[in-house]
Amino acid sequence: MLHVTNLTRLMIGPINLTIRDGECVALTGPSGTGKSVLLRAIADLDPNSGVVKTNDMQRETVSAPQWRKQVAMLPAESGWWQENVAAHFQTPDITRHHLPEVGLPIEAMGWEVARLSTGEKHRLALLRCLEANPQVLLLDEPTAALDQDTTLLIEALLKRQLASGTSILLVTHDTAQAKRMALRILHLEAGSLTEVTP
Amino acid sequence: MSGYISLTYFDLLLASIFLILNGTLSLWLHLGLERKLAVAAARMVVQLILVGLLLKSLFSILSPWLTLLVAAFMVLFAGREIWARQDYRLRGVWGYGLGTGAMAFAGAGITLIALSSMIGADPWWTPRFALPLLGMVLGNTMTGVSLALDALHSNLRRERVAIEAQLLLGADRWVALRPCLRRALRAGFMPIINAMAATGVVSLPGMMTGQILSGVDPTEAVKYQLLVMFLIGGSTGLGVLLAAFGSVWRLTDERHRLRLERLTKAKDNA
Repeated sequence: MLHVTNLTRLMIGPINLTIRDGECVALTGPSGTGKSVLLRAIADLDPNSGVVKTNDMQRETVSAPQWRKQVAMLPAESGWWQENVAAHFQTPDITRHHLPEVGLPIEAMGWEVARLSTGEKHRLALLRCLEANPQVLLLDEPTAALDQDTTLLIEALLKRQLASGTSILLVTHDTAQAKRMALRILHLEAGSLTEVTP
Repeated sequence: MSGYISLTYFDLLLASIFLILNGTLSLWLHLGLERKLAVAAARMVVQLILVGLLLKSLFSILSPWLTLLVAAFMVLFAGREIWARQDYRLRGVWGYGLGTGAMAFAGAGITLIALSSMIGADPWWTPRFALPLLGMVLGNTMTGVSLALDALHSNLRRERVAIEAQLLLGADRWVALRPCLRRALRAGFMPIINAMAATGVVSLPGMMTGQILSGVDPTEAVKYQLLVMFLIGGSTGLGVLLAAFGSVWRLTDERHRLRLERLTKAKDNA
């Protein structure tokens, strides 16, 4: 579960939001309205105010690294700091067996980062995000750079995460995807959230 | 000392002919450097004459307060240079304060220890020893600190996405910023490492050359040079470490966030 109360950051807020265990909530809204800002604030990557908690911890009572391992965020642009893909994973020997779940061969774990396409980087970044087995996933357009088949693969992976109890906040511009993945759809505009679930 | 040969102003005039020759060549080849050469040479002459007169007065007055005043001026001026040599610098008082503070602590501290224990002048702050030594130590520390801070801030901006990716995966700020910090420290240390490696083989240091030309025994000149190089190396290393770690601390916060809004581009407020 993710529980957000009176979250304020720059031009957004106060935001109140609850996502239950195993629930996916889609977040839509025009570009530049602060969807990514909201995700970053929940992940505590930017200064913000408000109360954010999960089932068993309140954000301010744990260290930021500990919080981010449990409330994992996948940003729209994935970051890489080593030459080899495997060096970015905690347990590359285990995670490599999950590569086919995102449409990549097992050998991709040994690839150089420089040869990866944007879509490949994004899929690897998602797997990297899942390594710590987080309670909450904050996903910023996780399939924006992917074709239809791979998008469906990623959605299937996310549905398995939901089935295991993970809560997901999914930013997407794809209305069809929002309907496929989420029971509730929220719209962010002018700094505030409104529910637009059909 | 023995064999000291006093130079006349005519000797200096003769030596300047080579520089005038460079200016003439620049004019002839349309390089457009003659004006810059002339201005730089004129500045050098005026600055050195003034500093010579100042040092002569200071050496004869032998006042600790005047010596301290000149030393403080040197530190503040060097701090201004550190500030000016960064493309991206910390906002507000930190922009000037961190680099200057790190350089002053390392440079002045090490010079103080050297003056009071190794040089053994009486009194220890004798300006004839204190000011040239401080100048050499500060000058090199200034270069190291400015290179380190410039490299650190540019790298942090360039690597923001990668750093935040690590923070999002649960890395703490010191782990996430380590590659950038390492590159910055390397940039800061490189000039002094190169200087130490090349000294005596590729080049004879200016101070040692000056001593030998003025009649000092080469082995004595070498001892002085080694002392100075050790002091410079120690001060540069300490200053670079303090400045770089201080800047990483300032550009992150206790919640392990990257705070690049605390940087500003140089030309915005230069």
